[in-house]
Amino acid sequence: MWQFFHKLGSPKWFYGIATRLMPWLLVGGIALLLAGVVWGLAFAPKDYLQGNSYRIIFIHVPTAFLAQSIYIMMAVAAVVTLVWRMKLADLFVRSVAPVGAVLTFLALFTGAVWGKPTWGTWWIWDARLTSMLILLFLYFGVIALAAAIADEKSSARAVAVLVLVGVVNIPIIKYSVEWWNTLHQPATFKLTERPTMPAEMWVPLLLAVLGLYLIFGWLACLRMQTGILVREKRTRWVQELVRTGGH
Amino acid sequence: MPTDSSVRVRPLTAGPGVMAAMVAVVRRDLQASFRQRQDLLNPLLFFIMVVTLFPLGVSPEVSFLQQAGTGILWVAALLATLLSLDHLYRHDFDDGTLEQLMLQPQPLYLLILAKVLAHWLVTGLPLVLLAPLLGVMVHLEGNSIGILCLTLLIGTPVLSLIGSIGAALTLGLRSGGVLLSLLIIPLYIPVLIFGTGTVAAAAEGAPVSAYIALMGAFLVLALTLAPFASAAALRISMSNS
Amino acid sequence: MSEPLLQAVDLQCERDDRELFRALNFTIAAGTLTRVEGPNGSGKTTLLRILAGLNDSFSGRLLWQGEPRDARREEFLRNLLYIGHRPGIKPLLTPIENLRGLLAGRQQVADTVLRQALEGTGLAGYQDVPCRNLSAGQQRRVALARLLISDEPLWILDEAFTALDFHGVEGLERLLVERAANGGAVVVTTHHDLRLPDIHRIVLGATAVAGDHGATCQQAGEAHAH
Repeated sequence: MWQFFHKLGSPKWFYGIATRLMPWLLVGGIALLLAGVVWGLAFAPKDYLQGNSYRIIFIHVPTAFLAQSIYIMMAVAAVVTLVWRMKLADLFVRSVAPVGAVLTFLALFTGAVWGKPTWGTWWIWDARLTSMLILLFLYFGVIALAAAIADEKSSARAVAVLVLVGVVNIPIIKYSVEWWNTLHQPATFKLTERPTMPAEMWVPLLLAVLGLYLIFGWLACLRMQTGILVREKRTRWVQELVRTGGH
Repeated sequence: MPTDSSVRVRPLTAGPGVMAAMVAVVRRDLQASFRQRQDLLNPLLFFIMVVTLFPLGVSPEVSFLQQAGTGILWVAALLATLLSLDHLYRHDFDDGTLEQLMLQPQPLYLLILAKVLAHWLVTGLPLVLLAPLLGVMVHLEGNSIGILCLTLLIGTPVLSLIGSIGAALTLGLRSGGVLLSLLIIPLYIPVLIFGTGTVAAAAEGAPVSAYIALMGAFLVLALTLAPFASAAALRISMSNS
Repeated sequence: MSEPLLQAVDLQCERDDRELFRALNFTIAAGTLTRVEGPNGSGKTTLLRILAGLNDSFSGRLLWQGEPRDARREEFLRNLLYIGHRPGIKPLLTPIENLRGLLAGRQQVADTVLRQALEGTGLAGYQDVPCRNLSAGQQRRVALARLLISDEPLWILDEAFTALDFHGVEGLERLLVERAANGGAVVVTTHHDLRLPDIHRIVLGATAVAGDHGATCQQAGEAHAH
């Protein structure tokens, strides 16, 4: 068991695997995302209530979905960091935290763009948007703490603790924001909450989500590889790699 | 002076118990706080001043203040707690008592619980006691003031407990204070929502016992989890110093 | 006489990409005095903090009485007295209050004993003066008063002689020797030239050579009798 983890934790091993995996992730991701988005934007039927403006969900939902699941993935990696002290897990957390923040921002932005024709205003303190905003704050906290501690090991463990504290709080935050929302305004139309969605709508949506996942995987691998090169610059294999131009 | 001249390894049972150690931590922290009375007063003055800003900055109208008063008081209390958190471990870290605390044979999370209790007694509790006065100044009704104090009484310990995690994580960092706020404010949001929401519900005549119970659940959750997270964070920060 | 208390097996520590020490093996036995030596920045303080359990970013094993230290952490801590760079004295409290706080979780000691200990370190008459009014050397003495009361068999003292005057140094040297003779174990770092007989040494190598990578020019430290 320990040996397996040790191998999994080896930066060199990961670097090799990632190099082989990345083209597939990128190609598959772009294909799926394109298929989903084009289908959704051009061919899916109009919404009977919102007309064409609803089509932004083909971008909004995948980003929002991924923004939340990246934090969960970071929490899993944080447990691995704390329990097995695996360097790669920490590298994953700090590599994907900015990606998560950007996707959260995109979800907020597309939500706001959608809000304009739906509510007639760019921003509304809707429960989901507010939760996403707080998620963005959580990402900012992780990024700020990761940058503030110079020592690699301490930084890894401190960030892991913060991510775990955050993940415990996410459901509490979501629940309380929803309660707050019902308290302050009557239940109105809510984003993404549709009673029934025909297959012509949710299949492209699913494709877009899967595609974005794969692209995220590619981006995570790329950022982690960069991180590995910086961290392991003293080791022989990295110097060898740099000398031979990466092959 | 030791009566026997030979030194030997002691079993764990040879020392004072956990309770005695916790009481000693609370007593020492309170003693140190009361030697530096101005430090005790500062968060309170900050609390009062922030509340004063709202009538001046927004509107002194009774209707506005009545509606926003609870939120103003809660936000001010939250900020005052946040400001005081930087002191929770920093003095102890600087003079070395923190490392001595971590080397005590009792479980660290219980000693941290004692420290947070001491911190709340000198910051959170005074805020709760001062709240009725400020509540009158922002024209809250008697019933609302009562509920407000109750929510603050349950909520401020949660603020201290969650804050102790942030204080432990940012210990020894140059940018400690602002960073601490960045990390902690998002985690404070549920407490703020339920603190103010409960008072608002009470003002509308709705029963609030369920919300109070929920805040109690927050407190229990914070009491059980936050000291562990703080202990882990302190060990990390200490390893880095 | 030579019961092993704390054993270090294959200790290694890196800090900020620099290897401080590697393959460090030694035993701290009852009845011995050990001095950790090495130039500035060689990791003396880090090693002591690792031994005490304040720093856990290292690899290797630490055994307390033959068993993993962290599995018996509380028992280990009960038997350890550590005094670091920062002596653990609150400036706002008096010496007697400070000692009470420091000992509360360890030993039940009557105030009269604390007063005697403070007198023993030359602080007679200062017992109830807030420590911020005392000099650095006097504050140090407050912390060192713990040595006169301590029932912990393992002492780890970082820069124990800092800020002490001549008499203080002499008294402390005598105390450490006595302690070892009585079956205690003492680990110290100091720049002060100890004239103690029968002292063990742990020598940490320097990696301060410009342009060199710590990993390659590292001298492994080794404990051996002098």
